[in-house]
Amino acid sequence: MADPRYIAGKKPHPRERRMIFRNVDRSGWDASIATYRKDGGYRELKKALKMKPAAVTDEVKASGLRGRGGAGFPTGVKWGFIPPDNNKPIYLICNADESEPGTFKDRYIIHQDPHQLLEGILISSYAVGAKVAYIYIREEFPEGAVILERAIEEARTAKLLGKKILGTDFECEIYIHRGAGAYICGEETGLIESLEGKRPYPRIKPPYFPAVLGLYMCPTIVNNVESLCHVKHVMAMGGKKYAQLGTPRNTGTRILCVSGDVQKPGYFEIEVGKLTMGELIEDLCGGMKKGRKLKAVIPGGSSAKVLRAGETYTIRDGDKEKTIGLPDIPMDFDSLAACGSMAGSGGVIVMDDSRDMTWVLNNINTFYAHESCGQCTPCREGSLWMKKITDRMLSGGGVPSDVETLVSVGNNIAGRTICAFGEACAWPTQSFVAKFPEEFKKHTSRRNIGKALNPETKTASAGLGD
Amino acid sequence: MEVPKELEKEADDFICHYPQEEKGSASLPLLHLLQREFGYISDDAISWVAEKLGTEPIKILELVTFYPGFRQKAPGKYHIRVCRTLSCAMAGCHQTMEKICELAGIDRSNVSHHDPIAISTDGKFSIEFAECLASCGTGPVCLVGDDFHEEVKPENTEQLLQQYK
Repeated sequence: MADPRYIAGKKPHPRERRMIFRNVDRSGWDASIATYRKDGGYRELKKALKMKPAAVTDEVKASGLRGRGGAGFPTGVKWGFIPPDNNKPIYLICNADESEPGTFKDRYIIHQDPHQLLEGILISSYAVGAKVAYIYIREEFPEGAVILERAIEEARTAKLLGKKILGTDFECEIYIHRGAGAYICGEETGLIESLEGKRPYPRIKPPYFPAVLGLYMCPTIVNNVESLCHVKHVMAMGGKKYAQLGTPRNTGTRILCVSGDVQKPGYFEIEVGKLTMGELIEDLCGGMKKGRKLKAVIPGGSSAKVLRAGETYTIRDGDKEKTIGLPDIPMDFDSLAACGSMAGSGGVIVMDDSRDMTWVLNNINTFYAHESCGQCTPCREGSLWMKKITDRMLSGGGVPSDVETLVSVGNNIAGRTICAFGEACAWPTQSFVAKFPEEFKKHTSRRNIGKALNPETKTASAGLGD
Repeated sequence: MEVPKELEKEADDFICHYPQEEKGSASLPLLHLLQREFGYISDDAISWVAEKLGTEPIKILELVTFYPGFRQKAPGKYHIRVCRTLSCAMAGCHQTMEKICELAGIDRSNVSHHDPIAISTDGKFSIEFAECLASCGTGPVCLVGDDFHEEVKPENTEQLLQQYK
């Protein structure tokens, strides 16, 4: 079946370093196991099965690989949290819930290179001792689920799944589990609850660290699609060699997804930290739209704090500190954290000077108000109030005190919830208002009360009632 | 409600994906099967899943009311989900939504959080906004049933609807 999004032969940008996306848009490529194996597929699995599981984990630790789903936690360290004296079954879950607004990388791996993901899952399952792996895929990827099902069937026929894989004692089954449209299922403990057939209310940590008390209260490793694919490349290169890619503490490659007001939005796989924000926007994305200037960037999915054009940041450069501007920020975990935001899931949303920041924040607030699971009061109530306040600012019903109220609601959510959704929904409000105060004041000045400043407000908020 | 034999077989296959004492895990997969077959989740469907999994209907109902992917009312023949989130909104998804509604004869003035779907007068199309469909670089995007469509600008909406007879 031809994939409509398969742009055969589309060349990667010269600044890219493609490993995970090597086969995306590659001419003559398809998602079948025959094509994958002809290209050396499942060779790394064979290599891993000749090693001890702990040695595979050691390679991943040595690689410095950090999770690509959002938190950037070292993958090998996560694997190491499984209690050594465990006698319960161990599960591996591939988080394919890709739902952080601005992120669209896993979709292409699933659609165009599903066997790369399966190989990564098998190697990782072997390393952590899992005999069953689940791929939790969001319901909004119906075609992706079909492609993965087919790939699993192919792998089963080729005896890469089931018992005695490649003639060894390793056994593993992989099952697809479809979600049902809830963002919170991207949070690993919410995902586990969902996989158990419940509402995806996140669990409190401690004690429910998945590596200790995960799925069915058994040790469970939850890794993002892209992270699991990297494991295959760690095996291919060896951990130490892989760690030379990118920059120290920010190793390997990662996929950045750029959307918004640039000439050429798209996905780019780069060595972590070897490219700056300015290069990403100007060189890889062809710059801003004609006649427009950069106003703001959300660098790592919609929950990452916004960065304003013209700001300066102090980051470490070896032993020294240096001051840089927005275009100079290296695209890595630590630099973006030092600039007060985060690399998150790699979703970069670029905004030009035509954008009204109150409107942008209202769109984000509407998302979080819709997606709060409702378990913790500050988040359930607060996310809806932040949306209501920005709603009324846009429709001409704002009052001067609204700006302060908005921020205080955000401040009272962050740090007061079971899971990180609290921060995820508060950070946009806190950062947008702090960095663009004049825009929020404009919507709440006495002069503008009663004036709907944005024609889209009505449709933007429809569907969420009061 | 008559559940076809093949569908029951599919349901049994799904149940085997989970440990025997953890059948509840098959709730979402079974609900997906029934929604695919009947278009929505009826009370009978909830009872059927509960019985199949050896649990109380309330445990299934609370899933149906939580997850936006499940509907409790019949949609149109073709159900459209337009992405509403930031990158698609910046690309003009609200104009796309308005244009589709205009062409298909859909009135969205009564939609709410608990009843987000609006249906055309002839019952052919139904529509709702969805949160981020994860294709932010090619917005506005939408799903029509299981078919994914990119760059659905207002001027492309007529062509989009014509594909569905």
